[in-house]
Amino acid sequence: MPWLLTAVALAGLSGVPGLFMNRYGSGGERIACALIVAAALCGLGAVVQVFYDGDPLLLAWSWNIPGAAFIVRLDALAAFFLMPLCLVAAAGAIYGLMYMAQSHHPENGRQFRLFYGLVVAAVMLVVCAGNSLLFLFAWELMAVSGFFLITADDQLEEARKAGFVYLAASHTGVLALLAMFVLLEQGSGSFTFPAAGLLVAQGGSAAAIFLLGLFGFGLKAGLIPLHIWLPAAHAAAPSHASALLSGVMIKTGIYGLMRLTSFFSEIPFWWGGSLLALGALSAVFGVVLALAQHDIKRLLAYHSVENIGIIALGLGMALVGRSLAEPLLVMLGLGGALLHVVNHGLFKSLLFLSVGSVVQATGTRDLSQYGGLSKHQPLTALLFLGGAVAISGLPPFNGFISEWLIYTGVFSSAGKDVGGGIAILLIAPVLALTGALALACFVKVFGMTFLGHPRSDAVVQAKEAPALMLAPMMVLLGFCAWIGLLPQTLGPLLLNAVGSWNSAALEMPTALPLQSLTNISVFAWVLLLTCGVSIWWLQRRRHHVVRSLGTWGCGYQLPNQRMQYSAGSFADTIVALFHFGLWTRRHGGQARGLFPVGEHLTCHTPDIVLDRAIIPASSGISWLFVRLRSWVQNGLLAFYLLYIALTLIFFLLWFM
Amino acid sequence: MIVGMLIHLLLLLLFAPLLAGIIARTKALFAGRRGQPVLQLYFDLLRLARKGSVISKTTTWVFAAGPVIGLVVPLIAALMIPFGTLQAPLSFDGDLILFVYLFALARFFTAAAALDTGSSFEGMGAAREVTFSCLAEPTIMFALLVLAKLSGGLSLDILLGDHLNASWRGGSGPALGLILVCLFVVLLVENSRIPFDDPNTHLELTMIHEVMVLDHSGPAFAMILYGAALKLMVLGTLIVNLALPWATPWWALNLLLYLAGLVLLAMLIGIVESVMARLRLVRIPQVLIGTTLISVFALVLVLR
Repeated sequence: MPWLLTAVALAGLSGVPGLFMNRYGSGGERIACALIVAAALCGLGAVVQVFYDGDPLLLAWSWNIPGAAFIVRLDALAAFFLMPLCLVAAAGAIYGLMYMAQSHHPENGRQFRLFYGLVVAAVMLVVCAGNSLLFLFAWELMAVSGFFLITADDQLEEARKAGFVYLAASHTGVLALLAMFVLLEQGSGSFTFPAAGLLVAQGGSAAAIFLLGLFGFGLKAGLIPLHIWLPAAHAAAPSHASALLSGVMIKTGIYGLMRLTSFFSEIPFWWGGSLLALGALSAVFGVVLALAQHDIKRLLAYHSVENIGIIALGLGMALVGRSLAEPLLVMLGLGGALLHVVNHGLFKSLLFLSVGSVVQATGTRDLSQYGGLSKHQPLTALLFLGGAVAISGLPPFNGFISEWLIYTGVFSSAGKDVGGGIAILLIAPVLALTGALALACFVKVFGMTFLGHPRSDAVVQAKEAPALMLAPMMVLLGFCAWIGLLPQTLGPLLLNAVGSWNSAALEMPTALPLQSLTNISVFAWVLLLTCGVSIWWLQRRRHHVVRSLGTWGCGYQLPNQRMQYSAGSFADTIVALFHFGLWTRRHGGQARGLFPVGEHLTCHTPDIVLDRAIIPASSGISWLFVRLRSWVQNGLLAFYLLYIALTLIFFLLWFM
Repeated sequence: MIVGMLIHLLLLLLFAPLLAGIIARTKALFAGRRGQPVLQLYFDLLRLARKGSVISKTTTWVFAAGPVIGLVVPLIAALMIPFGTLQAPLSFDGDLILFVYLFALARFFTAAAALDTGSSFEGMGAAREVTFSCLAEPTIMFALLVLAKLSGGLSLDILLGDHLNASWRGGSGPALGLILVCLFVVLLVENSRIPFDDPNTHLELTMIHEVMVLDHSGPAFAMILYGAALKLMVLGTLIVNLALPWATPWWALNLLLYLAGLVLLAMLIGIVESVMARLRLVRIPQVLIGTTLISVFALVLVLR
């Protein structure tokens, strides 16, 4: 426990020394980075201790606020969230030394680092809090500090807008959580979190608790249709902040849902069912929306929605498994969800960091300006490719392992005549569709960014990122490869975590399919080694016998860079297939006449919920109220006197 | 197990190129030509492997990764699938997911290698390939779900194993028939065959898979051709195992039965290619979605 408290304190205070230091010097940022790294190491120490001992760490101090107690409890479930947090926070802090050097950002660098540390400390507290009020306190600290990370570049209108939407969404969520915790207190009799499986889910109150939790936590996690704040916020924040927000912070919503559902002894079937429906919606539409984007960071942000959907599918499967008393489903569903939390934290932050390196080198986030960057940034290209393969769920990287766990749950329930089956069975095709779409999207991003010819001058000037930015990415890729190549090392940890969520899940009637992880590991190694050696051999031959010419242009003699297939055209067919949910706007692009002159085509896919529903609705409401106000407050004195008179008469009648 | 692996790999490596020859011969027969020798692909592979190659200056190492992974993936995937009654040498619970995702990995790198050339035609081919696979992938999952439901197993060895004979005779015949149709469509899509793609046309605009490999030459191109042949045999094995669920007491006869099934399948592909025209590009998604719906019916049939 001292490890954890030290970690929280170090992270929370990491930005403070910098406030007293020279605005243009690099002393403050180095101290902050060192403190964050130290905090991460302490946090990892706590994680190791939990997994090694197998028992949760517990600390309870009194706190003289009514109902509150400073209870910090780190069990295996929380440790699964703490692990990626520590890795991503440290990687981001080191990356930030060069990406956002204080000497280049004298006006906002110190403030940014202060809140970066605060977010890290707050997330640590959120996943370890054992008391509702402490949880809400940490939650609010995280939400508000997150706002300052998103608006770090507050000279840009885009960032200010994104921050505002985030703040509004965040506080709407807190409102729901507040109500939820009050109802929970009425059920359990105390603000202290009950032990797993202690509460009985009774009718209306439990349903209200679940729905409020689903809304509040879902808003933070970014489940469609609650994802409104997410794309703009992650696009606007500096890349290592996006990595922290997208890789770790949105997972606190998932953590909340997991912790909340662990309290109850039995789970109604519709809880899992509704999570499955939301998860399927988020997974498919998250990735389709991502395909339609041109802004590379916005695209990655939509992929977070997709991955949250996959995690929700796993959690939904575990909940359904609990309602049906099927320990295998619980085990594989929650195991897959938890592992995907870790995996997504690792590869998404890897992707955000490598995209940051591209954005810094080229100065633009527009996919259609890139091309051929792997010649200028070979290492960044390799690192991005690793992340892209991992996020598409392909072997031999980590994304495959978590999806495999979920799939295996589905297929094992198919063979065993589990009641309520079809809801579970449909997970497999949904996941397959999501995986194939994600693959299409990442082929597009990787190809358009790093392969082919440069599409703009910005790319030609690009330089490889400095070693301090590459090293943290390599560490993240190393962890992705570790989970992908040696998944069997994580099996016992997953069992431990699932046990702390629902101890009944460990009473397995049949042998676990977890030993298959060893076989997957063998296949992954064979795949990696065979391909690596063969590519190396083919590349060596290339230097010997080969003639090098331009690309075959099918006989056309004057190709230019703009004639390459573009990101928009790559995704066009899929976007057209999903037109019913995207409503992409297209302008121009119709060639007219026998000898058409220049023609423009622009495509834009606004967010289905925010831009199509919430903003029109709220501007309608504000129009209505403006009208109402101008009618009521019309500047004529006689009317104001009339209001006073009417009010007086009303009260006189009332009290008579 | 080592012996099993060797037999599997040898069978695959030696037999697979024959299927391409049989398809070509069938098409030639239909067209009233004599056609190329059945062993033409073997000669082509030998010739290409000895040649030098021409490579675009635009390309990077990713360009080499496409052919390599396209060749390695069917080889590894073959170890998880039974060839007739020859059991899969490296079977484990849950290998069916790895099987599907390995081919996705190959698709990722083939498409990336196409984009590596910077050619608009190859970009177009890559885009079509990944798009149509999105629609084929759910169908495969539905088909595997039906098989998992009928067999109660988690590995391809059990899914395509002994239970099939009983399932065909029992009430599940219609469902198996439906997924047989679905898997055949998926086979045609995945191996870029008419009516979804035309492996012979020389119009870059109408091709999918062939246009992606326009810039490859020499040993790399040999790898692509070989990889495509292996993929045809591995995916075809799914169908042959499903369609011919008989086992005799003699292993040699079983093996012959299985190989004959593959040859029949190749002839069937040749016939389809001869009697059908290529679909218009906008029709392909509709056909694929229709196939997915058929596979949903198959699942409903076994769940009822």
